[in-house]
Amino acid sequence: MPKDERRVDPDALLAGLGPEKERGRLTVFLGAAAGVGKTYAMLEAAQERLAEGWDLMVGWVETHGRPETRALLAGLPVIPPRSLSYRGREFPEMDLDAILARHPALVLVDELAHTNIPGSRHARRYQDVEEILAAGINVYTTLNIQHLETLNDVVAQVTGVKVRETVPDRVLENAHQIQLVDIPPEELLQRLKEGKVYVPGQAAYALRKFFRPGNISALRELALRYTARRVDRQVENYMRLHGIAGPWPTGERVMVCISASPFSAQLIRTARRLAEGLQAEWLAVNVEAPRRFPTSEAARDALARNKRLAEELGAEVVTLAGDDVADELLALARTRNVSQIIIGKPLHSKYWEILHGSVVDKIIRQSQGINVHVIPGKVGKEPGRGDKGPAPRRGNGSTNRAAVPLVPHLAAIMLIGLLTAVAAGLAPVLGLVNIAIIYVLPVVFSAIRWGTGPAITAAVAGLLTFDFFFVPPVLTFTVSDWRYLFSFAIFLLVAFLTGSLSARFRLQVTSYRQRENRTAALYALSREIAAVSDLMPVLESVTRKIAETVPGKVAALLPDKSGRLQQHASSDSHGGAPLDDNERAVATWAFEHGEIAGRGTDTLDGAAGLYLPMRTAKGVHGVLGIRPDSPDRVLPPEQRRLLEAFAGLAALAVSRIQLAEQARDAQLLAESEHLRIALFNSLSHDLRTPLASIIGSVSGLLEDEKVYSEKARRDLLQAVLQEARRMHRFLNNLLDMARLESGMLRLHKEWCDIQDIIGVALTRIGEPLAGRPVKIDVEPGLPLVEADYVLIEQVLINCLDNALKYSEPGGRIRISARRRGDRLEIAVADRGIQIPPEDLDRIFDKFYRLHSPRQVSGTGLGLAICKGIVEAHGGTIGAANDPAGGVVIKFSLPLSKDAPDLIPAAGESGASGPPPEKGWSGEGPACEGGAHGG
Amino acid sequence: MEAKKGARILVIDDEKQIRRLLKVSLTEHGYEVEDAPSGGEGIRQALTYKPDLVLLDLGLPDMDGLELVRRLREWSKVPVIILSVREAEDEKIAALDAGADDYVTKPFGMGELLARIRAALRHAAGAGTEPVLAFDDLVIDVAHRRVTVRGQEVKLTPTEYELIKNLAAFAGKVLTPRQLLRAVWGPAAENETHYLRVYVGQLRRKIEADPSRPRHIITEPGVGYRLL
Repeated sequence: MPKDERRVDPDALLAGLGPEKERGRLTVFLGAAAGVGKTYAMLEAAQERLAEGWDLMVGWVETHGRPETRALLAGLPVIPPRSLSYRGREFPEMDLDAILARHPALVLVDELAHTNIPGSRHARRYQDVEEILAAGINVYTTLNIQHLETLNDVVAQVTGVKVRETVPDRVLENAHQIQLVDIPPEELLQRLKEGKVYVPGQAAYALRKFFRPGNISALRELALRYTARRVDRQVENYMRLHGIAGPWPTGERVMVCISASPFSAQLIRTARRLAEGLQAEWLAVNVEAPRRFPTSEAARDALARNKRLAEELGAEVVTLAGDDVADELLALARTRNVSQIIIGKPLHSKYWEILHGSVVDKIIRQSQGINVHVIPGKVGKEPGRGDKGPAPRRGNGSTNRAAVPLVPHLAAIMLIGLLTAVAAGLAPVLGLVNIAIIYVLPVVFSAIRWGTGPAITAAVAGLLTFDFFFVPPVLTFTVSDWRYLFSFAIFLLVAFLTGSLSARFRLQVTSYRQRENRTAALYALSREIAAVSDLMPVLESVTRKIAETVPGKVAALLPDKSGRLQQHASSDSHGGAPLDDNERAVATWAFEHGEIAGRGTDTLDGAAGLYLPMRTAKGVHGVLGIRPDSPDRVLPPEQRRLLEAFAGLAALAVSRIQLAEQARDAQLLAESEHLRIALFNSLSHDLRTPLASIIGSVSGLLEDEKVYSEKARRDLLQAVLQEARRMHRFLNNLLDMARLESGMLRLHKEWCDIQDIIGVALTRIGEPLAGRPVKIDVEPGLPLVEADYVLIEQVLINCLDNALKYSEPGGRIRISARRRGDRLEIAVADRGIQIPPEDLDRIFDKFYRLHSPRQVSGTGLGLAICKGIVEAHGGTIGAANDPAGGVVIKFSLPLSKDAPDLIPAAGESGASGPPPEKGWSGEGPACEGGAHGG
Repeated sequence: MEAKKGARILVIDDEKQIRRLLKVSLTEHGYEVEDAPSGGEGIRQALTYKPDLVLLDLGLPDMDGLELVRRLREWSKVPVIILSVREAEDEKIAALDAGADDYVTKPFGMGELLARIRAALRHAAGAGTEPVLAFDDLVIDVAHRRVTVRGQEVKLTPTEYELIKNLAAFAGKVLTPRQLLRAVWGPAAENETHYLRVYVGQLRRKIEADPSRPRHIITEPGVGYRLL
């Protein structure tokens, strides 16, 4: 709610515009009761649309055999229903897939509240309609007001008939238009009498009871009020969108306290109506207090259902853990600025309240400034929402205490027996008082270990044994001193109090441990997948973690390129059985709609597994499928929420990885783009410049030979030669690079003497080296290295070239070669300008050129080629700034372990060569310390 | 030793500009030049024109240059100098082993080409049989198996001597490792290139003033050695 009354809230604006963007528009023909003519009105409207040229189809219309209605249906194109068999009988149902496939602009779907035959995709027709709307198709539908979820209780109270088929309010709220179809009650009754109202056989009696003037008036009022309120809201919306000031609803917030009780459902609906009336947000809160902790499976399921109902009706469901329900509720109410609290009137007895205190009383007493609504509860069974045939999973919500195991009680008694035996031995030493205190021990122990019941058993047993064995007269239950009775009473009280305290403590620990486990699982998963950058490990972590939390089989499904879901990871070490077609269809539905589907949900409930979409703001990335080991259990909402959190985490991780991949691709693209530009620049510059001087010189010489002096002619020709060589070098570099990059480079490995290579490289560079002091420092006795002679020579030439380019003409160049373990290390050092440390690696990138004060010409490919060649040899290359000045480029080549050693003398190439020749040291092939000029 | 004036050279190359360049330059240097644009034409010309030397481009459109060398060698001992690009070391070695005498890498300098032509013509004329071979400060006295550098005798092992003697016999001409290995160690050792690397290193340490920048035993990267 905007505080500044004239300011337009952007969210409100978006909400006003959002749903009309892509979704189809829903028009609801709302009536107070059956027989008011909703279908008729809808068909009339459809005939008008048809006349206007709309592409409309009839998806489902019930004429109930009325001739007027059937007449109106004439001329409207119909999508034939499909036939579904259920329990051996055939039932016609609306063909949802055919509608989606046909994709008309408008489709007529009668009876929004209808429950589909089991085996349909969705349990309810309104879900079908939502899917049609989501596909962008407009829908005309009909609805009776008593089917509205939040009015369900009111209708039941007014008419005494409980309606089972309800439609969530949001469906109606999201409707684009509501057309109220209204006739006076008398007329309706008249029509009923004339048999114009369809009454199904088995419900005839109930419905007749239903159609009483009072009931009809009440329902009519409900329908009218609902529509009027909606009109109000539309006006309000309009005003808000257009910044018109008005009396806005204040920031109300409703909180409803729920438990496993069946009565909670009624509270939830009341809260929803109140919240809607106040245009307020609302919370449904459950406090997990030790005393009220639902111990039985059935109670937990009931609580789960209540929470889900609240969620479906739009509440924010909050679960708190704490000792005192009232305190927790009030604390939350304060922090969340709740203005209205709805709480059920307690169902338990007055004595219970004296013992445990009344939550309602406490809340009322301490709720300063908060309205508290206490709703009287109705004892009795809550009929289920929707009728889905037999409902085996429905508990009555009462805590199941029937099967109390006897073992803990027996164990408690045995403990007492044991203690008595010990105490009997110690009695003379300890005295009566101390022994009495010892008897408290088993009571406390039983309480902690097994709960209140066994604790009381222990207390009573302890009291009796103590009396029998130790209180005089010994070995009778009679007590000589009446003061002992007082001690007994105190003992029992202490035992009972400690027992119940410990038991509560135990329950609390259990509940905290459960939450702790959930949090820990989420935390562990998020930590596990946070740093992983590959898809598979992430999915494996997720499926494994989920399988640890929810016993069952878990699989992660991601779409392939064609959008078909593929199993990517499974908690099953064998990979798990692949999904059958049915399950895959459910998973696909969940994926396409971004909504949960499968077992325990309202969509495709018949599936064996539960399918959660991995959804982020960017879309649905895949589906997590869970097939619980115990097939008959509804997952409690906590667990479902935990699963959803897991799915959310997984979705984030998957989307993060996919984004990273996209970013990588984009970067690669950008890099190759960058490279292409660099190559073009390089080509145009490095080829054109020399060509310009060649063409200039030669054409000059050709045209006016006589103008030039002998010296000038030589200079020009020299320039031509130099430039031609430069082009030659450049082309060689480009070719080398191309060979390296295309993978066409084949290494011609042979045994090489590095000193030889150095010599050849120096010779080959030739003139530019003239006048340069070159120091060659080759470690004596270096073994031969297996390498491609020509390529390594190229590496050396490029390194030397680089050193020449980036140092002053007179600067010294040092070439050294030495052995470093199993590598041969060659270094070329100059005294030139240093490289900025951050660029030391980049100098081996293609087209990287150092900013040099000297004008350096070159392709920017030389060192990149070196890197390529050296790495092809399994070596490494790197650059470093020499602290003493200049740059050292070092590369290393792996030395082969089986370097050749024995070399036979001339003419003796046999395998067993003669002893080494005279003058041959025999220590190694290259260790010859030749006698220079000896 | 001057090149024989008026020697007849046949240029076999499919590139017209190269043929033109060679014809003009070589004619200016006193050679008689004929040219052929293809392998087939080259063989015919070699038969009729009877050249003293053939300059052969390895990248001919109609015939593998190597094949041409083999066919030529079937009936002629005319010196053949290969013209080839840098990346084709294997082809060069194959051509040299098949009987070509030398090679020049494109693009080449005219001075370099002329030196190779002179060396090849000299060998064809029966050079390399003199008893004393001198290469600046390096003198090899074949008759006495003596090697001196700057007037001082160098003690060489028998293998080292065999190696330098073989290099000197074809002075100025490139020798492939296979050729050298066969000549020094025998045919069984023709793939043991590391023998050569080691002994060339040893020889250089004995006869070169600076073994790292040799002036006499020159390595032709990827192809072989040459004594200058």
